[in-house]
Amino acid sequence: MTAQLPLPGAPLQHYVSSAPFDPLSIEAMTDAQAKVHLASQLRLMWWKFRRHRLALASGIFLLALYGMIIIAEFVAPYNLHTRNVDFIHAPPQRVRLFHDGKLIGPYVYGREMALDMDSLKRVYTDNKSDVQPLRFFCRGDDYRLWGQFATNVHLVCPAKGGQLFLLGTDRLGRDVLSRIIYGARISLTIGLIGITISFVLGIIIGGLAGYHGGWFDLLVQRVIEVLQSLPSLPLWMALAAIMPVTWSPIIIYFGITLILGMLDWTGLARAVRSKILALREEDYVLAAQLMGAKSGRIIGRHLVPGFMSHLIATATISIPGMILGETALSFLGLGLRPPITSWGILLTEARSVSVIAFYPWLLFPMIPVILVILAFNFLGDGLRDAADPYR
Amino acid sequence: MTSGSDLLRIENLGISFSMLGGRMHVVKGANLRILPGKVTALVGESGSGKSVISQSVMGILPNTAAVTGKILFTDPVDGRTTDILQLERDGPDIRALRGSRMAKIFQEPMTSLSPLHTVGNQISEVLAIHTKATKSERRSQTEEMLGLVGFSNPKRTYDMYPFELSGGMRQRAMIAMALICRPALLIADEPTTALDVTIQAQILELLRNLQHKLNMAMLLITHDLGVVANMADEVVVIYHGEIMEAGPVDAIFRNPQHPYLKGLMAAIPHFDMKPGERLKALREVPVNSGALWGKRTHEETAPEVLVSVRNLTKSYGIRKAGLFGKQDKTRIRAVDGVSFDIRRGECLGLVGESGSGKTTVSKILMRAVTPDGGSVTFDDGKGKIDVLAAQGAKLLELRTKIQMVFQDPVSSLSPRMTVQNILSEPLEIHGRGDRASRLETVRALMQAIGLDQRYLNRYPHSFSGGQRQRIGIARALALGPRLLICDEPVSALDVSVQAQILNLLKDLQKELGLTYLFISHNLAVVDYMADRIAVMCAGRIVEIAPREIILRDPVHPYTKALLAAVPFPDLDRPLDFITLKASGASDERAWGPKFSGGDSDDPLSPADLGNGHLVLARRNVDTRELRSW
Repeated sequence: MTAQLPLPGAPLQHYVSSAPFDPLSIEAMTDAQAKVHLASQLRLMWWKFRRHRLALASGIFLLALYGMIIIAEFVAPYNLHTRNVDFIHAPPQRVRLFHDGKLIGPYVYGREMALDMDSLKRVYTDNKSDVQPLRFFCRGDDYRLWGQFATNVHLVCPAKGGQLFLLGTDRLGRDVLSRIIYGARISLTIGLIGITISFVLGIIIGGLAGYHGGWFDLLVQRVIEVLQSLPSLPLWMALAAIMPVTWSPIIIYFGITLILGMLDWTGLARAVRSKILALREEDYVLAAQLMGAKSGRIIGRHLVPGFMSHLIATATISIPGMILGETALSFLGLGLRPPITSWGILLTEARSVSVIAFYPWLLFPMIPVILVILAFNFLGDGLRDAADPYR
Repeated sequence: MTSGSDLLRIENLGISFSMLGGRMHVVKGANLRILPGKVTALVGESGSGKSVISQSVMGILPNTAAVTGKILFTDPVDGRTTDILQLERDGPDIRALRGSRMAKIFQEPMTSLSPLHTVGNQISEVLAIHTKATKSERRSQTEEMLGLVGFSNPKRTYDMYPFELSGGMRQRAMIAMALICRPALLIADEPTTALDVTIQAQILELLRNLQHKLNMAMLLITHDLGVVANMADEVVVIYHGEIMEAGPVDAIFRNPQHPYLKGLMAAIPHFDMKPGERLKALREVPVNSGALWGKRTHEETAPEVLVSVRNLTKSYGIRKAGLFGKQDKTRIRAVDGVSFDIRRGECLGLVGESGSGKTTVSKILMRAVTPDGGSVTFDDGKGKIDVLAAQGAKLLELRTKIQMVFQDPVSSLSPRMTVQNILSEPLEIHGRGDRASRLETVRALMQAIGLDQRYLNRYPHSFSGGQRQRIGIARALALGPRLLICDEPVSALDVSVQAQILNLLKDLQKELGLTYLFISHNLAVVDYMADRIAVMCAGRIVEIAPREIILRDPVHPYTKALLAAVPFPDLDRPLDFITLKASGASDERAWGPKFSGGDSDDPLSPADLGNGHLVLARRNVDTRELRSW
C-alpha cells in the first residue's frame, strides 16, 4: 500500500495513498496508551519506578528493615542487655545443617573456652559432640512487646542451655546480632525524624524565599551559605557540648536529631526555592493569579504538588547523611550514650586497633550501615527518575 | 557522479519506540527520495513522524528506537552509496558523514548555539573536525560563509557571542554552521517555525539562494504548506507515520487528491476569504453552549465601547548590575503610547512580531503587569471600572469579566490536576455555587467545547494540543467573562487543529456574545477572526483599521511588509522578496521620512484616514501624501 519509489533519478510520479484514511486516528489511542493516559500521577510514578530494578529491591529491603524494627524484640535471639558472662568476646558461630553426614536441620556446636596465657585472650573451640539445634518461634528472654505485652516468644533461640552468637559477642558477652537489630531502631528512625525537621524547615523557608523573593530571599540565601560553609565536625561537637550530661538519653536522642535536622535543611531549601522560581513562570500559575487566586492557594495547589515528588526523592537521598551523621557523632562519643543503643554506639566498641585486631566481629555493625545507605541512595535514585512522569 | 541517481533514498523505513504503554510505531513503511540539488519537503502535523525520519537520516535517533528498512545515501562527489542504518551508531563512518556531507538546522535558534563560545568558534569547529585546514584558513573560510548567509560584517560577527544576535541572526549563524563544509544534503527541521513572518521570509529566501548557489539538496521538514509552496521541488505528505501523498510540487498543489492533503489545504486561512466564509477543520468540534449561561438581558443598554485604552506606556529597565549594587539602567519601551477601543461584541485583532509589546498590552489589561502610565476603562453597562486602579473586591469582580486564553497549551494547564479540578477552580475561588452546581457548570463547559464528559477525571497530559487548548478556553469561560483575551491561542498548534480552535472561538463568540482581543503574529489568522485589526511594532500601534481596509489598502510600510511576508500555499503567489526588502520590515529607518520619527522634535501621531483607519505618521504630513507612499 505504500508509495513505490521511481528508479533512481527518474521523475517522481504523483502518488496517492489508497489506504483508508481516518482524520481522528492520530488522536486515537491504543489500549496500552489509553491506560497510561488515564493514569494518575502516582500510578505513572509507580510504573516508572517499578522499572528501576535496583531501586525496587532497595525499597523492599528498607521496608523489611523498618518492619523488623517494629518487632525487634521478637526477631532478636537475645535481649539488648542480656549478658553471657561465660562467653565474653566470643567469635561468631557457624550455622550448620549436616552432622555426621545426616541432615539434622540448622544447629551450632557448643563451645569450650580456654584462656591463652600469652595474650590473655579467650580462645573458644567448637565441641563437635555438643550439637545444639536452633529453635524457632521459641521461648527465650522475657520482654514486653511495645512495652505492653509481656511475652518471651522469639523468632529463633539457641537450644536449651546452649548459645547462639551468629555475629559473636562483645566485651560484656552481649550478642552482637541482637544489639544490631535493636540498634537499627535508633539508627533508622533518627534519619526519619531529622529529615522531617529539615523537610518542614526547607519547604517553609525555601518556599517563602522562592515565592516572595526580595530581602527575605537574600537573607535566606546568605544564611544557607554561612551554614553550609561551617565545618560540620566542630559544629557537632559544640552543639553536643550544649546538651547537659544530666539529661536522660531519650532527650539527648531528640536533641541530636534536632541538631542534624537544623543543619540539613539548607540543601532542601535551595532545591525548593529553585523549583518554585522555575514553576512560578509557568502559565498555569499566571492563569490561577488571573482567576483571582490568593498566594496561599497558588503555593498549596499549584506549586507544591508540582515539585513534591522531587522533594521526596531529595529527602530520600539525604536520609543516609543523617544516618552517617548519627553514626559518626556516636562513634566520637558526642552523640548518643549507652544504655541507648545505635549502630554508632555499637561501633564505639571497635575504637581501638587492638580490639579490632583481636575481635574483628565488633566491626559487623558497619555492614548494616553500608547496606542501608546504599539502599537509600538507590531508592532515591529510582524515585528521582520516576518523580517527573510527564517527561 | 552518475546523472541518474538519488542523493538519498529511504526505502520501506519503519521506526518504533518502546514506551511506557508498549511499542509505538511512529513511521510505517515510508518511502521517499531526494534528488541531488533539489528540495524535497516532508509535510505533516506534529506527531506524524517527520522529525523522527530526519533523525534517522542523521543517525541521531534515541536509544529506545528500533529501525527497519534502508536509508541509502549516495555521495555525489565520489558516487559511493552507504546504507546509513548499517553504520555503527556514533561510529567513525557516520561521524564522517555528519556535518561534512549532511548537515541539519534546527527549529529553535535560541537554544541550538552554545552560549559559551563565539559564533565563529562554533562554526570553524566543524572545519576543525572535518578538514585539515589551518587556523587562519578556518577563520577566513568561516568569515566567507558568514558573509554568504547575510552578515554585513563577518569579521566582527566571528567574535560575537550568540546572545548578541537576534533570533533571525542566530538562525543565519546556524545555517552558516551547517553549510560550512558544503554538504550534499541539508536537513532543515522546521527552520522558520520559531521566527517572525518577516524574518521567516528572509531566511527562506536565504535558504533558497544558498541551495541554488551551492547546488545542495535539501530535506525541508515543515507543517506549513505556504513554506512548502515557496521552497520545494518535490513534496511528501505524511500522516501518522504513513505517506499519504507524494509528487512534484505542481501536482501536489494544483491537483491534491488525498482527503488529508485537501483537508490541510482547506484549513489554512487566507486573505481571499469572503466575509463569513468558514474554514473547514479536518476535525470539526460541535459547539453547544446552550446550557452554559442564561441569555444575557442587560446587553441592550450597555455602551458600545467595552474597553477603552488610552496612552498606555510601560518600559523595562535593563539592569546593568555591577559588583556593588545597581548601576545605571537602560530603559526599553515595551509599550509606548498605545490607545485603542474594543467595542462590545467585536473581535479586535492585535498583530505584531515578537517583542512588539502585544503580550505586554494584554497583561496590562489583565492586571498582571503594572504600566507606567495611561488608563484602561472597562464598562459593561454596570458602571465604569478603572481597570488599573481596581483593588480588593472590585479587582476580584474584574477578574470574572476579563479572562485569558494562553498560547502554550502545555504549560497553561496544571499537570497535577484533573480536568474537573482545573475547570472548577475558578468557580471555587469565587465561591460560585455548591459542589453539585459547580459540577453542573463544569459539565456544561465540557459540552460547550465539544469534549466528552467522560474525560473529566483525566489529567492534561492525556490530551492532544488542540484538546488542551479547548480546556484552556473552557477554563477562561467558566466565570462568564465579557472580554476574552486570546494571546496567540493557535500559534503552538498544527494548521488542522488551528482551524478547529478558530472555528470554536468564533462559534462561542456568536453564541455567548463575547468580546475578543485576539493577539497573533499571523496576519492571516487575525484576518479570519477579527473585525478590526491593530498592527503593533516596537511598542506602538502603527496602523489600526477595519479588517477589509487593512488588507486591501494598507498604508503603513510595516503593515505592507507583514502582508507580503505571509507565505501562501499557492504556487501562483510566491513570496515577493523584493517588496519585502524595500519595506524594511520592522526596521524603522527604512520606513521613509513620513513614518519614522527620527530625531526630529515633530513627534509621530495617529493620522485619521477616515472609516476608523488610523496610521502612525508625522503630524505635518498630509493624509493624501501618506497613501501615495
